[in-house]
Amino acid sequence: MISISGLLGQAFAILLALVLAPLLSGWVGQCRAWLQNRTAPPLLLPYYQLQKLFHKDVVLAHGASSLFRAAPFVVFGCMVLACAIIPSLSTDLPLAPAADAIALVGVFGLARVFISLAAMDVGTSFGSLGGRREMLIGFLAEPALLMVIFTLAMIAQSTSVATIVETLAHRELVIYPSLAFAGVAFTFVSFAENARVPVDNPATHLELTMIHEAMILEYSGRYLALLEWAASLKLYAYSCLGLALFFPWGIAPGDDLLALVAAIPLLVLKLAIGGALLAGIETINAKVRIFRAPEFLGTAFMLAVLGLLVRLLLESKV
Amino acid sequence: MDFFVLMLAIPLVSGALLTVFGECDWAPNLNIIASLGTFLAAAGLTAEIVANGPRFAFGEQFFIDSLNVFFVALTAFVGLTTSIFSGPYMRNEAEHGRLTKPRLRLYKSMYQLFMFAMLAALTTNNLGILWVAMEAATLTTVLLVSLYRTPASLEAAWKYFILCGVGIAQALFGTILLYFAAERVLGESGNALLWTHLIDVKGQLEPNIMALSFIFLLVGYGTKVGLAPLHNWLPDAHAEGPTPVSAVLSGLLLNVALYAILRCKVLADGAIPGDFAGKLMIGFGLFTLLVAAFFLSRQKDVKRMFAYSSIEHMGLITFAFGMGGPVANFAGLLHMTMHSLTKSAIFFAVGHATQKTGTQLMENIRGLIRINPLIGWGLMLGTLAILGMPPFGVFASEFMILTHAMKHYPWATPVLLLGLGVAFAAIFGKVQPMVFGETEAKRLPHAPAITPVFLHLGIVLMLGLYIPPYLTRWFHEAARMLG
Amino acid sequence: MSSAIPFSAQLINLFAAVILLLAFAMLAQRRVVALINLFAMQGLTLCLSTLVVAVSTGQSHLYYSAGLTLLLKVLLLPWILHRLVRKLNVKSEVEALINIPTTMLVGLVLVMIAFNVALPISELSHTITRGTLGIALAVVMLAFLMMITRQKAITQVVGFLSMENGLFLAATSATYGMPMVVELGIALDVLVGVIILGVFFFQIRDQFDSLDIHHMERLKDN
Repeated sequence: MISISGLLGQAFAILLALVLAPLLSGWVGQCRAWLQNRTAPPLLLPYYQLQKLFHKDVVLAHGASSLFRAAPFVVFGCMVLACAIIPSLSTDLPLAPAADAIALVGVFGLARVFISLAAMDVGTSFGSLGGRREMLIGFLAEPALLMVIFTLAMIAQSTSVATIVETLAHRELVIYPSLAFAGVAFTFVSFAENARVPVDNPATHLELTMIHEAMILEYSGRYLALLEWAASLKLYAYSCLGLALFFPWGIAPGDDLLALVAAIPLLVLKLAIGGALLAGIETINAKVRIFRAPEFLGTAFMLAVLGLLVRLLLESKV
Repeated sequence: MDFFVLMLAIPLVSGALLTVFGECDWAPNLNIIASLGTFLAAAGLTAEIVANGPRFAFGEQFFIDSLNVFFVALTAFVGLTTSIFSGPYMRNEAEHGRLTKPRLRLYKSMYQLFMFAMLAALTTNNLGILWVAMEAATLTTVLLVSLYRTPASLEAAWKYFILCGVGIAQALFGTILLYFAAERVLGESGNALLWTHLIDVKGQLEPNIMALSFIFLLVGYGTKVGLAPLHNWLPDAHAEGPTPVSAVLSGLLLNVALYAILRCKVLADGAIPGDFAGKLMIGFGLFTLLVAAFFLSRQKDVKRMFAYSSIEHMGLITFAFGMGGPVANFAGLLHMTMHSLTKSAIFFAVGHATQKTGTQLMENIRGLIRINPLIGWGLMLGTLAILGMPPFGVFASEFMILTHAMKHYPWATPVLLLGLGVAFAAIFGKVQPMVFGETEAKRLPHAPAITPVFLHLGIVLMLGLYIPPYLTRWFHEAARMLG
Repeated sequence: MSSAIPFSAQLINLFAAVILLLAFAMLAQRRVVALINLFAMQGLTLCLSTLVVAVSTGQSHLYYSAGLTLLLKVLLLPWILHRLVRKLNVKSEVEALINIPTTMLVGLVLVMIAFNVALPISELSHTITRGTLGIALAVVMLAFLMMITRQKAITQVVGFLSMENGLFLAATSATYGMPMVVELGIALDVLVGVIILGVFFFQIRDQFDSLDIHHMERLKDN
């Protein structure tokens, strides 16, 4: 049954994602600047940039095919869908049956494939380099993410994200040691997937090290705006997923409008803390060489498998 | 004064005294006197146990029965003779400039503490304390192995520490598992690690846990026994440490570690249906025997070679105890005694021989019989004894093990014979030219102590020809306890 | 989902899992100083888990045991090790014989083996924290792996001590502590062992001008 509050919650979640995502990116940037003793850029900088880019004309490369033009929309659509099925405010989401946790990983994968293909489409060396690196990271990060999800799915006996969060949020207080492993692994994966510091630097334009920036080098105007927006949506999606899985308190259960409203400030608060932590971690770590990235993600995969094992050993009789 | 308390107190106190006064002129004598005192106390204790039967000490923490009092007597005796031997040996080493006074002090105090640790390990009733004492015995000898501070000796000591440390950690895990099993039966009192309590309830201990526990204990203590493939530390430590240390390591420490396994085996046998523990020991024993025998022929260093011979004999003894039953246990105990006495005698002789010739390489040691007939004959007779030539006691015990194996485990006999045969060929072929042959070596500044060599060999010879009835009774009693 | 497991047991399980996590972190760690800090953290977690066991079972000797762990493994031993690193000028980079990702994979396999070995035993246990036995075994094996794959003497020692941590975890969580005499004895042995090793390091450095144990490969059978 689709309830009114469910529809409302769903709409809220999508709207909030679209609005809050650039803010989150801006907040992280601001925190980073503070921590590095720089003058912080304005909090709303990402919005100004989006506005500026939307008003600019698009310059396309000569060899660009229709794929190149379609990719930003596909990527943006994927990210909005992801944000829609991740229970950030409430677990009663009418769109949730559209994709379970495994399909969610697939949605992220789809976006990755399109952006990599588009990067190679024009045929510049940087684009293909970035695309290749992105695929390498994705190829290593996806299994780890899946393992994390399997661990959680075993706890909740379901692969639906909403059900998992529902189980975790509204249970009596039980400590799952496996969640500690899964949490660390998830953090690792999020850093790699969102092009954050130990793996990639979102602020860099240093040719040899960049991954994400290399792929979108050929884009301009509204396409670039969409891609930047999608990138911040991805960060938002991962943050919300992490918060929902490992700190699920305060997420509204089913049809409770009051709780839904109450969940909004709580989510903003959690995101603010999470963003500050992210900036902190980015500041105290140095970017590793690209060849170390497999090791980084291998560790994440291993931790996730360990979490699964610990789940089997310690909690199987729970 | 209680003999038992004396026996533990003398080495502990004299070890402490020697730490402080070890550089005085009378320190070597104190070392010998303390060892003599320990031996006399052990002899008194033995007489007491033989007369009155088993007893406890310090509440129930220590327990002496006919099995461990036998090891106690042997340990104290070899400890005494080794201290007599080490007097002139160490003085010669100091004279050669290989050792300084502080290191001699370290040697003496650690020697006494080592004796204390071994005696404590032998007499304790608490399997936890047994572990602690075994670890203490390792720690006291690590610095002794590296006494010369040469790169090779440091390497040997490092290997010894790490391998035995890891091994003994496995044994601790085994002990924890044992406690885990015992706690279910005996409750959470402090008694769950007391052997005398465990033996009463051994049938109720959970077989699965006990099986795992015994594997860990066997691997752990087996590292110290020198069971292959965990034997790597043993030849290095024996070859690079001072000879008296090699003698006590080979003659005593290996025995004590094997004793620890035996105590655990009794419990495992009671808990696990089928001869699980015995079969494991038979497997390890045979493998060790073969590995050691084939490594023997490749050795160039005389102390290394005899270290491998120790591994070989430990394999044989483990095999014997693995077969179980009164006869095999009797033979195993007898062989342990013979091996201790003979091997330490050989190391004494080898120590003097290497001091005279200034090398441990066998190809450079020649004509011992000319340099010093007593050392030459001592080494020759000792070698013949350890190889199991008839009049000596080793022959008697090896013969018993072989015949018992033929009867109950016929498939093992060819393996045993192969191992013993290869070892014989290897050792005899190398010792023969060392003893007979041409040489030009100088005299030593301090006359060597030959008495311990012939004292040991004399006892081995006597036991080969005639075992006194009270000794037989005693061995039988101990063998029966092992089941 | 039931609350059959009391809260204290859940805490102990959590601590055990953290100890395992730290064991892996030690395996992946490339810097000696950070390695020692990780070891201290492992000791602290062990101490906390012992405390929880003590509170929940009311066994007074476990308080001493926790205190002993705190004193020895969190304060004294790391301090000694840090001192040694400074005095001996140990290079900060840990050199591994096998590259670290491979080591981690081997470690993962070891954990699976350990869990499998411990599973039948855990099922027999009546203590609420039976699962920790498998974790303890895994920690012991990981420490063992660290000892064989590292080249520096000091990392081997940290591995050895971490192994001791795993054993203590087994003793305190799975069996609610060994008798006090035994624990005291073990602690004494560990302390004496580390002191002897400290002496030993200086001897090794004097002889080899390095604490790298690949210099020590002369003794071989040939």
